Amino acid sequence: MANASPVFVRREMVAAQPAPPGATGATYWLRTKLFATPKDIVLTLLAIALIVYIVPGMIEWLFIHASWTGENRAACATIAQGGVLPDGQSGACWAFIGAKFQQFIFGRYPFDERWRPLLVMALFVILLIPMLLPKVPYKGWNALALFIILPIVAFFLLIGGSFGLPYVETPLWGGLMVTLILSFFGITVSLPFGIVLALGRRSELPVIKMLCVIFIEVIRGIPLITVLFMASVMLPLFLPDGWTFDKLLRALIGVSIFSSAYMAEVIRGGLQVIPKGQFEGADSLGLSYWQKMRLIILPQAIKLVIPGIVNTFIGLFKDTSLVSIIGMFDLLGIVTLNQSDANWSTPVTPVTGYVFAGFIFWLFCFGMSRYSAFMERHLDTAHQR
Amino acid sequence: MAEAQPKKVTVSATDVAVEIIGMNKWYGDFHVLRDINLKVMRGERIVIAGPSGSGKSTMIRCINRLEEHQSGSILVDDIELTNDLKKIDEVRREVGMVFQHFNLFPHLTILENCTLAPIWVRKMPKKEAEDVAMHYLARVKIPEQAHKYPGQLSGGQQQRVAIARSLCMKPKIMLFDEPTSALDPEMVKEVLDTMVSLAEEGMTMLCVTHEMGFARQVAHRVIFMDQGQIVEQNSPAEFFDHPQHERTKLFLSQILH
Repeated sequence: MANASPVFVRREMVAAQPAPPGATGATYWLRTKLFATPKDIVLTLLAIALIVYIVPGMIEWLFIHASWTGENRAACATIAQGGVLPDGQSGACWAFIGAKFQQFIFGRYPFDERWRPLLVMALFVILLIPMLLPKVPYKGWNALALFIILPIVAFFLLIGGSFGLPYVETPLWGGLMVTLILSFFGITVSLPFGIVLALGRRSELPVIKMLCVIFIEVIRGIPLITVLFMASVMLPLFLPDGWTFDKLLRALIGVSIFSSAYMAEVIRGGLQVIPKGQFEGADSLGLSYWQKMRLIILPQAIKLVIPGIVNTFIGLFKDTSLVSIIGMFDLLGIVTLNQSDANWSTPVTPVTGYVFAGFIFWLFCFGMSRYSAFMERHLDTAHQR
Repeated sequence: MAEAQPKKVTVSATDVAVEIIGMNKWYGDFHVLRDINLKVMRGERIVIAGPSGSGKSTMIRCINRLEEHQSGSILVDDIELTNDLKKIDEVRREVGMVFQHFNLFPHLTILENCTLAPIWVRKMPKKEAEDVAMHYLARVKIPEQAHKYPGQLSGGQQQRVAIARSLCMKPKIMLFDEPTSALDPEMVKEVLDTMVSLAEEGMTMLCVTHEMGFARQVAHRVIFMDQGQIVEQNSPAEFFDHPQHERTKLFLSQILH
């Protein structure tokens, strides 16, 4: 500052000017995000080298050397292994997936009755899509149809035995169908139960509080696999003769109470962050406890813990594969089962099966993750400026 | 600060709005409110002043049972505050409260903030509640913000919304807990103006504040608290010009310079 005089009065306000060149755009992005410092340059080059090293081999195995069609193992085995492929070549055996695809989706559900799970799936998609889009009205009716009516309809459609439909016992159910049934049921039950447990744990009534704490801590302390296993092996010993508990029902209950306990802690985390002033604001207006929770506290708390909730949903979705321990065949179970089919036994069959199962799991989990990110942005009202 | 124009007195001589008799409160072992006796008539405007930690906020928070008292009695609109939740809700319906930090609901629009309690507590039809809300938002001079969210408003605007939100319940008594303390200096006046206009309409008000100009202008009575007790109460003119208690004199000398 050249002027030594302390007096200064601005005569004209400075208008906003465009940023100088090089401060925005693609080169700016490259310079600041990839090549900002020598260390960044080294890391960027290393990452590029890694990609160049891994990706071509992956593409070759997954697509170029893969076997896409075929009736049996010959399509995927090399000549030395009794197949048709040149020796030393290795590629995914998509023909195996193609041949078994229906089984992977429906398990051993009778072939002529597979329109029933397909119809349930269609109904599910038709009800789910408007539920997920915030702009579609009648959310209350939509939720009623999706979470109450659909499960009842689906139960009668899938199990049959009434309305002239042949009876299909649950051990025949399997594949992706079982994975989706278990996770949809678990998700639908765990959120409301989790909320009730979380509120109970924060209750001022000691008995309710203690019951909720005991439930949460006991369930969280035991591995899911233990509960499923105990239920499958021990329960029949204690029950009177002739009493059976459907395996699928056992798994449904096991998975639901588990995720409820985890969900309760996630929700409680959200409740603890809500400022005391929000409770007082609601109280001072004369809202009742349930009105306060439903209208003011929970909408804010749940919004805050969407990442945690979706985390629990994703964990639950993948945990459903543990039901193979009690002899049920979910997607992963049925893929593993089919790997031992002598008709398709080649060195690449198991890997292909796992890649496929992994991809399907990833597809659903990634979908949930993206949707949660969308909802977070959609619900972000507090810090809008 | 504008010099007090003595307002036309509309204080009822017989109709008691709030009566506190021999009230004591403890936080654990700490005796925060000691032998509080206070009678507020309908239409009366009371300013409560005092150093921080003197229990003034706690006292007005007892009036709508945000805080529980351990002995003595509090009657609001002839309803005694006890553990009876029904009575508490009845009192809260009639007593509006404005907080230091506004406590607006950030996930609801301004209009929804204002219509929530009338719809759910007073069971008012939505359309009517919205009309009432727009009326009061117009009164606090921000009807154009109705569809924004609290986070998009300035502090002064948020506090005016908080006042409108309380008014939508048509309360008989309004409590203000340091309504201007969290505001930028430029925004204090807009909130005080709103409170002055409310006072001019004859609302019964209990106001914890450090705005002594406001106290002079609208209060019928100033109450000074220290160490959990009422130390002095008087008309604003007497209180400011001829404080009696030593503690009051010290306090006034500190804040008025």
